[in-house]
Amino acid sequence: MRWLRRNLVVIAGVLTLAFLILPNIVVLIFSFNRPKGRFNYAWQEFSTDAWKDPCGVADLCGSLSLSLQIAIWSTIGATVLGTMIAFALARYRFRARGAVSSLIFLPMAMPEVVMAASLLTLFLNMGAQLGFWTILIAHIMFCLSFVVTAVKARVLSMDPRLEEAAKDLYASPLQTFLRVTLPIAAPGIAAGALLAFALSFDDFIITNFNAGSTVTFPMYVWGSAQRGTPVQINVIGTAMFAVAVICVLAGMLIGNRRRKQAL
Amino acid sequence: MTTVTEAPPEPPAEAGKPAARRRPRGRFVPYWLLLPGILWLVVFFALPMLYQASTSVQTGSLTEGYEVTWHFATYWDAIGEYWPQFLRSVQYAGTATVLCLLLGYPLAYLIAFKAGRWRSLVLILVIAPFFTSFLIRTLAWKTILADGGPVVGALNTLHVLDVTSWLGMTEGDRVLATPLAVVCGLTYNFLPFMVLPLYTSLERIDPRLHEAAGDLYARPFTTFRKVTFRLSMPGVVSGTLLTFIPASGDYINSQLLGSTNEKMIGNVIQSQFLTVLDYPTAAALSFILMAAILLIVTFYIRRSGTEDLV
Amino acid sequence: MTDQSINDTVPGGAVRLSGISKTYGSYQAVQPLELTVPQGSFFALLGASGCGKTTTLRMIAGLEEPTTGTVHLGDQDVTGLPPYKRPVNTVFQSYALFPHLDIQENVAFGLRRRGIKSVKKQVGEMLELVQLTEHAQKKPHQLSGGQQQRVAVARALINHPKVLLLDEPLGALDLKLRRQMQLELKRIQTEVGITFVHVTHDQEEAMTMADQVAVMNAGAVEQLGAPTELYENPGTTFVANFLGTSNLIEAEITGSSGDDLVLKAGDGKLALPTTRCRAATATGGKLLLGIRPEKITLTHADDAGTVPDGRNRITGRITATSFIGVSTQYVIDSPVADGLEVYAQNIERDTRLAPGAEVVLHWNPAHGFGLDAAQDIDAGLTDGSDGADEGAA
Repeated sequence: MRWLRRNLVVIAGVLTLAFLILPNIVVLIFSFNRPKGRFNYAWQEFSTDAWKDPCGVADLCGSLSLSLQIAIWSTIGATVLGTMIAFALARYRFRARGAVSSLIFLPMAMPEVVMAASLLTLFLNMGAQLGFWTILIAHIMFCLSFVVTAVKARVLSMDPRLEEAAKDLYASPLQTFLRVTLPIAAPGIAAGALLAFALSFDDFIITNFNAGSTVTFPMYVWGSAQRGTPVQINVIGTAMFAVAVICVLAGMLIGNRRRKQAL
Repeated sequence: MTTVTEAPPEPPAEAGKPAARRRPRGRFVPYWLLLPGILWLVVFFALPMLYQASTSVQTGSLTEGYEVTWHFATYWDAIGEYWPQFLRSVQYAGTATVLCLLLGYPLAYLIAFKAGRWRSLVLILVIAPFFTSFLIRTLAWKTILADGGPVVGALNTLHVLDVTSWLGMTEGDRVLATPLAVVCGLTYNFLPFMVLPLYTSLERIDPRLHEAAGDLYARPFTTFRKVTFRLSMPGVVSGTLLTFIPASGDYINSQLLGSTNEKMIGNVIQSQFLTVLDYPTAAALSFILMAAILLIVTFYIRRSGTEDLV
Repeated sequence: MTDQSINDTVPGGAVRLSGISKTYGSYQAVQPLELTVPQGSFFALLGASGCGKTTTLRMIAGLEEPTTGTVHLGDQDVTGLPPYKRPVNTVFQSYALFPHLDIQENVAFGLRRRGIKSVKKQVGEMLELVQLTEHAQKKPHQLSGGQQQRVAVARALINHPKVLLLDEPLGALDLKLRRQMQLELKRIQTEVGITFVHVTHDQEEAMTMADQVAVMNAGAVEQLGAPTELYENPGTTFVANFLGTSNLIEAEITGSSGDDLVLKAGDGKLALPTTRCRAATATGGKLLLGIRPEKITLTHADDAGTVPDGRNRITGRITATSFIGVSTQYVIDSPVADGLEVYAQNIERDTRLAPGAEVVLHWNPAHGFGLDAAQDIDAGLTDGSDGADEGAA
């Protein structure tokens, strides 16, 4: 009983963690299912068919590659624009600072459906052709604020004396930026870019409004929830999860080894 | 444009006030840095809001075109017709936010103070689900909560379903296609947005403060209430906002896990915009949602006294 | 105000500041000041935080543009030059080592920026000078505070600057390491012969290391001189209190005898050589008589007869003593002034000198110094936030 009381927090935390991971485990298990009928919601029998042929359903891999392209381009766009804003906010004083900060904050404090609907209104009014470009524009827009926040935090935590030291050691403003500021701000920029990639790749609501007849991977999954869920969706979901975890673990291992070697 | 100067880099101790001297070169640097990104946000975020505002007071039809007639009645009609969905959105999002806080706090606390060398691993497990499409994960809940499945069976045996159906959250032996399923989905989807800010603010707390509180005769629970929880308030505030705001506009969970009785305001806006094509009503609804959220957020931030969220 | 010392004795000088000042909005951080740093000297700018010493240093480095005045390095006017075009280098407070570069590249940074390709030999020599050869491949965060400090020095010195600027370089180190680094820096300075300008708030550090010290207060130089001169003959109450401890006694000039002024404090009669008085010496005027605690000898009142003639003497009662090993510190209330401090070497301790004991304080009149009584008697007291408040006022 006493043990229980002392470890109450740990038990509750582990249960929450289980709640968080449970769906991923279900996705993994059901990637080996051979469902009867069109929906993959009930367990039937073990099979590796879907793993052997992940692109075996029409349009699935096409939507995946489209999502990847959009995610890459919007990551690049949002990271470049966001980093510039972050530097302006962190390093300079200027007029309308408050207005700029609000403009950055608002997209993060707005339900997606509101942004999605208003952006669609704009595109309809301008007579724009919905598709790849409208999705890209929308993704850069809502990823921008997150990049700004991530990079700004890093730049603000950077000792401004480092830049002074560079100038003091004969580095011109451009050299100072390239040799000192940028390398030190890099982890923040990388974090912002990673976040932008994840947000863009996984976005459904804003894409759904502004995609026209173009189908991204989340839209494919959404559609399949109505038409019938192929097992291949679980395969791709599991593979994405595995790749992400392996990347992070590898990054950590390399970091650890480097730290140990250095000591 | 007279006050543009480089922010004095870490003003020396004696530099109490910002330099007001002009610097001819580099005066426009911040504006050049801001220009493209801010232009993007103005054109694709702020301007659409204006378009939407104007659409909401237009009348007409899809075939004959729309015209601004300052028809504010659209707003009254929209509220009159869809107030149950508004109310439901606030209820579901509110419940999910409270559940996220209750579930997320122990986990964040665990990572910050108890995980030791497992800390990075647990953190990865919290973030990793992000990398599997959330739609796929939400669909997995259909399997987990399936009628007659082990989870529903267990909840039934433990008489949990009796309690939830007394609360009006479930009906009979089902969980899927009930409010409980939608709230569960919302809680699940936005839980990481609660855990991460909580963890960040808990991690900043000096563990010695716990010892100090203990040293000053505070029992463990008092220590938590008076010290830890107070200091984690910034995390609590930003976590609840990051959960409540997207949850209140969400329509995916109610679509995938609920029935027609669990439609939230997001579903209405989506169908008005994409299926019914009644743009003025859709615009009015989304404007009301936006205004409501901004009001709630402003009030909440004022009350909790944490204004530096960005 | 008292001593805007124009050090004209050394023409040219490594650094010459003329009429230089810095204003932030309505706040004057540095009042117009004239300062010449002699070539090859170890020069210290000493003052409490907020006195303008760091701003002065940053104006020499080019990191801060002066509001008025000019900066000369040797014969060259560098006032308008950006920092990366000035032949000076800085050792920053908390070092500002580049965290993403290893020690070797940190040290080579300046050479590379000037387009020098083969840096290996120079970097090697420099690391040897600061005894860090075996750490060349490490990243800054893997070094201890003292080692980081030496990297910062090496990174600046390798460029052979005309002047090396040091901004509180030892502030982050613990006491023992600080002492060690003070000697180390002094050694390096002697070895390379470059002019060092050292900013510090630690008066002991300034006195140990520097040939010349400029004491700054509220954006102005209070007094400039060699450490012994500043200590033995402070020109203002600020210097008297900030550099070590001084007993300041309010006194009235009643006349003169020979080379000495005759003063009256309480009901006692005290003497002070006219040459050691910085205040007006007219009879009837007031002044502050200063005397350092270690110059005073304590004798128990019962032995008052043994005090030699010709010494200033006042009576009092011990209110507190504290034993600190080499010496004992006494606090004494006397009719002349309360809270007088006396430091006595622990050679032969008189056990009667305990709180409550009546004593005679006596000293050689030539050790006293006279200051203008119009000043704040508590200026520059380092305990408490006095100094900082003055700086911000």
